[in-house]
Amino acid sequence: MKPRALGLIARRTGRRFLSSVPALVGVVVFTFILMRVLPGDPAVFFASGPNAGKAEIEAIRSQMGLDKPMAEQLFYYVRDIGTGNLGRSLTTGQTVSKDLASRLPASLELTFVALALALTLAIPLGVLAALRPGSLVDHGVRLLCTLGVCVPTFVSGLLLIYCFYYWLGIAPDPTGRLDVFTTEPPRITGFLLIDALAAGDWEAWSAAARQLVLPAATMALFVLAPLARITRASMLAVLGSDYIRTAEGLGLSRPRIIIGYALRNGLLPVLTIAGIVFSTMLGANVLVEKVFSWPGVAAYALDALLSSDYAPVQGFVLLMATIFVIVNLTIDVLYGIADPRIGME
Amino acid sequence: MSLLAIEDLEVGFATRSGRVAALKGVSLAVEAGETLGLVGESGSGKSVTAFSVMRLLDRSATISGGRIVYAGQDITRLGRADLRALRGAAMTMVFQNPRAALNPIRTVGLQIADALRAHIDMSAAQARAEALGLLAAVQIRDPEARLDAYPHELSGGMCQRVMIAMAMSCAPKLLIADEPTTGLDVTTQKTVMDLLAGLTRSRGMAMMLITHDLGLAAEYCDRVAVMEQGRIVETASPATLFSDPRHAYTRRLVAASPTRTSTVASLTADPALPAGVVAFPQVRRESAQAALLTVEGLVKRFGSGEPAVKGVSFNIRAGESLGLVGESGSGKSTISRMVCRLLDQSEGSILFDGEDIGAIPTGKFHQSPLRKAIQIVFQDPGDSLNPRFSAFDSIADPLRKLLGLGKGRELKDRVAATADQVGLPLDLLDRFPHQLSGGQKARVGIARAISVAPRLLVLDEPTAALDVSVQAVVLQLLDRLRREQGMAYLFVSHDLNVIRMMCDETIVMQNGSIVERGPSQRIFDAPAEAYTRQLVAAIPHFDPHRARQPADMPASRSQPL
Repeated sequence: MKPRALGLIARRTGRRFLSSVPALVGVVVFTFILMRVLPGDPAVFFASGPNAGKAEIEAIRSQMGLDKPMAEQLFYYVRDIGTGNLGRSLTTGQTVSKDLASRLPASLELTFVALALALTLAIPLGVLAALRPGSLVDHGVRLLCTLGVCVPTFVSGLLLIYCFYYWLGIAPDPTGRLDVFTTEPPRITGFLLIDALAAGDWEAWSAAARQLVLPAATMALFVLAPLARITRASMLAVLGSDYIRTAEGLGLSRPRIIIGYALRNGLLPVLTIAGIVFSTMLGANVLVEKVFSWPGVAAYALDALLSSDYAPVQGFVLLMATIFVIVNLTIDVLYGIADPRIGME
Repeated sequence: MSLLAIEDLEVGFATRSGRVAALKGVSLAVEAGETLGLVGESGSGKSVTAFSVMRLLDRSATISGGRIVYAGQDITRLGRADLRALRGAAMTMVFQNPRAALNPIRTVGLQIADALRAHIDMSAAQARAEALGLLAAVQIRDPEARLDAYPHELSGGMCQRVMIAMAMSCAPKLLIADEPTTGLDVTTQKTVMDLLAGLTRSRGMAMMLITHDLGLAAEYCDRVAVMEQGRIVETASPATLFSDPRHAYTRRLVAASPTRTSTVASLTADPALPAGVVAFPQVRRESAQAALLTVEGLVKRFGSGEPAVKGVSFNIRAGESLGLVGESGSGKSTISRMVCRLLDQSEGSILFDGEDIGAIPTGKFHQSPLRKAIQIVFQDPGDSLNPRFSAFDSIADPLRKLLGLGKGRELKDRVAATADQVGLPLDLLDRFPHQLSGGQKARVGIARAISVAPRLLVLDEPTAALDVSVQAVVLQLLDRLRREQGMAYLFVSHDLNVIRMMCDETIVMQNGSIVERGPSQRIFDAPAEAYTRQLVAAIPHFDPHRARQPADMPASRSQPL
């Protein structure tokens, strides 16, 4: 890669980042208004009990600032975000930033592992299907993908638990990131697999990995379909292209053609889809987190939403939007490196 | 024994409506060191023949009969491993559309190295050194820097040189070139073809040149085989083939190919008739007539770079036909679009019949009464028709929008009359573009443009996508229409022969500026500028008296046994 091309990518990335700022502001304002419009009064919810008097509720309301006009509330909220203060969760009593920081690694670790699992399954399956379109393999892959996308994650999760934990007994308790007998490695990144590795604690590493397998498999199964299908479609297009014919005409070996020429080109659209899939998984894995009692951000946000706890929900949405922007930027940069034509624009 | 012998080859394609035979018993032989031309129109089976030899046919195609014998082995019976050993090492192919034929995300140096290492055991560093040598052999400027270039950073001509370097890398005995210069400019075509001919000659390789261009085949081939509908109808040396074609189809093809001396009328005339009998009546125009279109100091800038058109001025009188020739990027299409008001100019004025149409923004021009006075015929007759419009709707569209004709009898009559003018059978009016042939689509495109009786017709490469025999008919139609309707033409083309036949005056463009202008015949016979001379010299032609005699062939070339 030439330095000129890298410079172009860097400039493009900067531009893209700046252009996503308005979207982030929009997300902040939209969630803020949405939370105010949804039914449910946090003051009533957090008052001492169903019998709390009008005065007590009013006092809580004014203490929370809910009696002020909405525009003023928004102003304070935006000012607080600017100073890095996302507010305090009324359910946990902690600041939202602290809650999210402690829970985000759990969600990220699960999502990364699930995505890696999905990609290692989906790409070979898609390639196999594309090499023999209309064959048994192709139909088999299609069936698997359809099943994966049809079965909701809470059903497939429970099925996996039934199979591997209850029936075969080879999976650990489907509760949380570590079983009760393992001590957590000293926290560095929050990713248990990495922290355990850093501490040289193989027992903790394998325990954490074992806990990860079932929820990650559940999520991977769900996103297998888009990844495998796009791999198949893009491989089919690439295999029919002129330069593959050239490579065949020059007598290049079959693996060289399929992996070196076709797959490298065919993976470009898969990269884009993988970015979207990653963002979707991170936001939508609440069902998996609930089924496996996974202490992630999605479950946290759902609990807060159910108890009309504004700050965590708003913080969660802002976090998701930011991650979405970062993921897209990363994909952009990767795309720029993988496809030399992009730098030309 | 021939290097390659094809015997009674039959190839069919499986389609939705059953099996379609593409090759119906093709037999031909290529001797070692010989250049064989394979000519014919689209669908004649020349590419299928080439792909059969390489066994690169589409999945849906099957070889159902015959043999392909290369150096004693029947290729049709080879397994995958044997084929791989043969491809690239013994026989190789250079494709049409060189940019698409190269892997877009791999540097050309690595791609050449891949081709080398597929057959020769060598290290990456050795392969790189070898690739550098090959790039130098195909005369790429600054080969060292090009090694690390990606295909999109190279011009089409350079990509084709890279492709040739890859094809030459393992010193094969047979090179198949499938329309290697189609889509390249005429001067690039000449350098690429000279390179191919020189390399095959110096390395003693045989070449099978597949082309639709008879001139190209005549200039570079020892023997030419003519294909029609999956059969070879005639094989002969170019001199015999073009001076004394035996088969009726060859005669038609030779007549339809524009040459230095052909006229619009002679394109379909029987070549047996002596020239001059079909003397072409020249259009007489009153020289005193005022200009219909006057273009002054036209400039078009796209972005911040060099302008695409740099201050061009010309005029066209009523009924006159002006040709605009030049290579890709010369700005000829940009000018045609500005004149049609499809593109706003950056500077300059465009006067039509004394009215400043250049001052009307393109977005507003459709409201101007002059919209119907200036119409355009686009390059690709297939892509420029709405696929959901029947031929009737396509022709009626401008009548409805510009003349306000409703659903009534008048519209029907007008469409029928226009279809009649362009020779489109009335029963085809209900058909959609995909149900029409290339020539029929071209007629619909022309009918759509002339239905509102324009005074100026802009023709942007109207026959570039057509076979020569269809082109001949379309050119005759356009010429007749101009004389009947008294329309003025602005005729844009890269084909100098077509321009010479169709236009009274010609403007030669290069890099956005006019290089030379004058009467077409004079530009051809006595070009004043060096660039024009270069363009004229680059046109391949097959004058029977000038065709290569066997004595011209280099002595090193092995003669057919």
